[in-house]
Amino acid sequence: MYKFLNTILIGITSGAIYSLMAIALVLVWRSTRVVNFAQAGQALLSTYIGYAVIQKYHSFWLALLIAMLAGAAVAALIDAIFMRTLFKRAAQGPIAGVAPIIATLGLLGLIRSLLGLFVGGKEANIRPPVSNIGFTISGHTLAFSPLKLLIVTSVLFLMLVLSLIFQHTNVGLALRASAYAPEIARLSGIKVDGIRTLGWALAGGAGAAAGMLQTPDGNGALSPDSLEFSLLLVFGFIAAVIGGLESLVGAVVGGLVLGLVLAFVLTYISGSLVFITAFVLLIIVLLVKPSGLIGTRGGRRA
Amino acid sequence: MHKFRHSNFGRLTFFIGLGILLFLLSNRVDELRVYQGATLAMYVVAIASLILLTGYSGQVSLGHGALLAIGGYSAALARNHFSAPVWICFAIAVLVTAMAGAVLGTAAARLSGPYLAGTTLALAVGLPSIANQFGILGGEQGLLFEVGAPPLSLGQDFTQYKWYFWIASLAALISIWWLQNILRSRYGRSWRAVRGNEVAAELAGIHAGKCKTLAFTVSSGLAGLAGALLAMTISTVSPSAFPLSLSFALLTGAILSGVTTLSGVMIGALTLVATPEIADAISHRFSSSENVTTNLPGLLVSALLILVVLLVPNGPVEQLRAVRNRKRAITH
Repeated sequence: MYKFLNTILIGITSGAIYSLMAIALVLVWRSTRVVNFAQAGQALLSTYIGYAVIQKYHSFWLALLIAMLAGAAVAALIDAIFMRTLFKRAAQGPIAGVAPIIATLGLLGLIRSLLGLFVGGKEANIRPPVSNIGFTISGHTLAFSPLKLLIVTSVLFLMLVLSLIFQHTNVGLALRASAYAPEIARLSGIKVDGIRTLGWALAGGAGAAAGMLQTPDGNGALSPDSLEFSLLLVFGFIAAVIGGLESLVGAVVGGLVLGLVLAFVLTYISGSLVFITAFVLLIIVLLVKPSGLIGTRGGRRA
Repeated sequence: MHKFRHSNFGRLTFFIGLGILLFLLSNRVDELRVYQGATLAMYVVAIASLILLTGYSGQVSLGHGALLAIGGYSAALARNHFSAPVWICFAIAVLVTAMAGAVLGTAAARLSGPYLAGTTLALAVGLPSIANQFGILGGEQGLLFEVGAPPLSLGQDFTQYKWYFWIASLAALISIWWLQNILRSRYGRSWRAVRGNEVAAELAGIHAGKCKTLAFTVSSGLAGLAGALLAMTISTVSPSAFPLSLSFALLTGAILSGVTTLSGVMIGALTLVATPEIADAISHRFSSSENVTTNLPGLLVSALLILVVLLVPNGPVEQLRAVRNRKRAITH
């Protein structure tokens, strides 16, 4: 019974982090029709910035805030300087469709090797800001610690803020409009380029939060060639695809579904099957229900 | 002359001539260059496979390293468990990877750009954990893959590296020649039609799904061959031989060659072979730390990838051709 409960709790926590990454991918996808594979690199960079802040001011909260702001700034710069030029230059030709994907992959490689150049080989560690020892109920230790509670609440809070922005502000309306019909949005006086950059910035912030929260939940170690961040990207992508790649709610649902499935495989079958399960889940969703569990507007378009 | 160059017989003669030239050259240069020549031939096959996929059928694979790994592992397994002759090992690598590619390609044909990209990337990221999953694949250490010493009939001073070079360049020549032919056949034309406009191609009676699956299968077969060649040059297969950065490097090579120009394949392959050397020279020149030595090649490759996508998205060869065509249009 407790094993079952613990599995669900673990699944929700890791699912919440995948959700954040999925939200970051969905935000960029919706605003520019690009799946931003550099997101893992951006998250890694932001987490390193957060680590530097922790070293100096010893406050996780300040670090989280600054990492998110830095992540947003980096993402905005990437879009304004790099992606905009790319869309103008590689608008036609045989690889017009794949050029942005390849470019974001190049960015991922660039950020990783630059980080490796400057901070590689040095030990970096983010300790949990609150205890990671599970709560106990009548003698049983749960797999749910204050840290995990913190993660879940932070993710819920961020999701709430993002959906408030999207549904109840003019900026949110502009974001939705320029994703839905850029030409008409432009005709209605929305500065589509600026709004897209804003979408990138929001995504950068969400990705940074995912990186900052994931690191202390794992073993706390941080390194430029960390497999954790690659897996975060892949699981975030899978979560986004499960949710249909279009909606924020879908991203959250996808993240939780993936987190729970992986937690059950981890507990009841074998830890080494986790990745294969995720991959098979991705293939099944793509083949059986490519529009995702929460499909909108008749499915995917690309 | 023009007609001869574009006939089948002409191309065959060209490739045989190129082969003889290469073999003569391999007797002239030192061991390190011969070894690099073998790596070069491996990259030629791998990049050609990616060019076929991206440039000629419009699909993108970010995890080509994973397909190379399948080829490498199946060659090593065939060698170690059935002590198959080297040629059979390479054939098995091609067949097994092509079969894996057919399965993936069936899924891929239904996926457009970002979905396929994400799926292949996921495969490349997860490869080590899959390799560690099965004991038969040897975990972190991987498996040995020895093609054996060169036959004695080639002479006493025929070195191991030269043998690698002979095998690799023969494989590369045959695959490029074969690929050239298939791209000029009915299949090649259908692939280009589907890439250009899927709906129009279907209206012309081409089954787009089948077409894409076939392209993926052929491309995977070539990737498998490249994987076996890579395994041969480093004598082992292990998860660390096929890192994510290998997939990135291959993609850079393909973009640099120009994804629609198979003849540009040497540009990409040469760049990939030269990059570590250049990086090495730079870090020696400034006697830098270990960090620089390990990260500089990756940095150069990614910077190159970004620059090429930004500046000459269709590759330098295609760019030159476009400029020349424009000039010709003006003068006529």
